[in-house]
Amino acid sequence: MTTYTLQHPDKGLISYTDKKRYLWIASVIMPIFPMLGIFCYYQTGSQWALAIPLVFTYLVIPVLDWLFGSDENNPPEEIVPQLEEDRYYRILTYITVPMHFGVLIAIAWFVGTHELTIWSVIAMALTAGSYSGLGINTAHELGHKKPPFERLLAKLVLAVPAYGHFCIEHNRGHHTHVATPGDPASSRMGESIYKFIWREIPGAFKRGWEQEKVRLNRLDKSVWSLDNDILQSFAISAVLQGGLIIAFGWIMLPFLALHNFWAWFQLTSANYIEHYGLKRDKDANGRYERCQPHHSWNANYIFSNIVLFHLERHSDHHANPTRRYQSLRNFEDLPELPNGYYGMYLLAYVPWLWYRVMDKRVLALPHINGDLSRVNIDPDCREAIVAKYGQGELVAA
Amino acid sequence: MAVLECPGCQYRYDEAQGDAHEGYPPGTLFESLPEEFTCPDCGVRYKEEFQKLVSD
Ligand SMILES: [Zn+2]
Repeated sequence: MTTYTLQHPDKGLISYTDKKRYLWIASVIMPIFPMLGIFCYYQTGSQWALAIPLVFTYLVIPVLDWLFGSDENNPPEEIVPQLEEDRYYRILTYITVPMHFGVLIAIAWFVGTHELTIWSVIAMALTAGSYSGLGINTAHELGHKKPPFERLLAKLVLAVPAYGHFCIEHNRGHHTHVATPGDPASSRMGESIYKFIWREIPGAFKRGWEQEKVRLNRLDKSVWSLDNDILQSFAISAVLQGGLIIAFGWIMLPFLALHNFWAWFQLTSANYIEHYGLKRDKDANGRYERCQPHHSWNANYIFSNIVLFHLERHSDHHANPTRRYQSLRNFEDLPELPNGYYGMYLLAYVPWLWYRVMDKRVLALPHINGDLSRVNIDPDCREAIVAKYGQGELVAA
Repeated sequence: MAVLECPGCQYRYDEAQGDAHEGYPPGTLFESLPEEFTCPDCGVRYKEEFQKLVSD
């Protein structure tokens, strides 16, 4: 284990060992799981085996989060510059980029060259899609960083699920407008994920495209210029997915459509749970206050955090978006999710259960304390929510 | 010409250099950037939060 040390003028010797250092390698061996179904199919001859990766992702991971629990360790602030400089961590994110291309091509090959039932094709498309959803997560980690090489890798990996506008929309749009009623990537109390998706997917594309257009216009270029970062990523998608269609035939059309949709839906799911009901206050100038840690739901579950490069330490991420994954911190008194992201996705897919678990958590947050005026509420549900929870009488006098 | 820094992520805007990727040519004064300007790297800090480092 690498130990970082520093001689501090006041605090004396500070040393820190990252207990998760080697666990992060798990994100590099994750492709074993999408491929495991295919391996077991060859072993058993049964197409049921193809469902194994989905069962693992959506049922086993939530159980592992519950079993292994939380890790609330933080690196000391003084050590963070050393931790950020350690290239080991970023190399792991780099390695996952070609793996996302490899896994999609391998699963497409399997689907294109085997006699499969329609259910097996669907299972494979969802499996590939959930792994490409992790590709959007890798792009998220890389796209927030300053070195141009990391931004280039983000653009490349976004081509796999054909979501090239993500980094622009996310960094400029979502991060600036997070936890405000108008943000298509922040969900409102009373809004189900099935309603949210109709704001989230088109809203993200529109805002990303607008941002890129404004930037290119400042450069006196057309939005259709070759310098358009979104079009560059989509061009790679066209080559990749077009090549798969040519190589493996018409079956690739529904397979890739479902794969792309499921990868996007992973992001929709993450966006849905990350800021549900949370709202920034307006300052004296009528502008939204700067994003604080309590404007994002946080989770410290060790297993899913390892899979997702600490994405669940979302409170610190939004307060300090350029911080690398290994240095993201937990804070006291954050809005806490009761399970990791995969467990919370399942909950979100059953809206009445989601409201039951989450609405009271929103209202119990210290900065809200029952005051509905401080909650981001779906206007269509406002009346019902006021009728149910009152107009702030829970506020401590 | 001044250099201004984001207090959150240390992005630096150097008026002498502008920011080619963002479409601000060399010599563009910080003052003349759009009012809704937010830090291009972190997206968290508003224009008036930027701190002047050096000027002459
Ligand atoms: Zn910044």
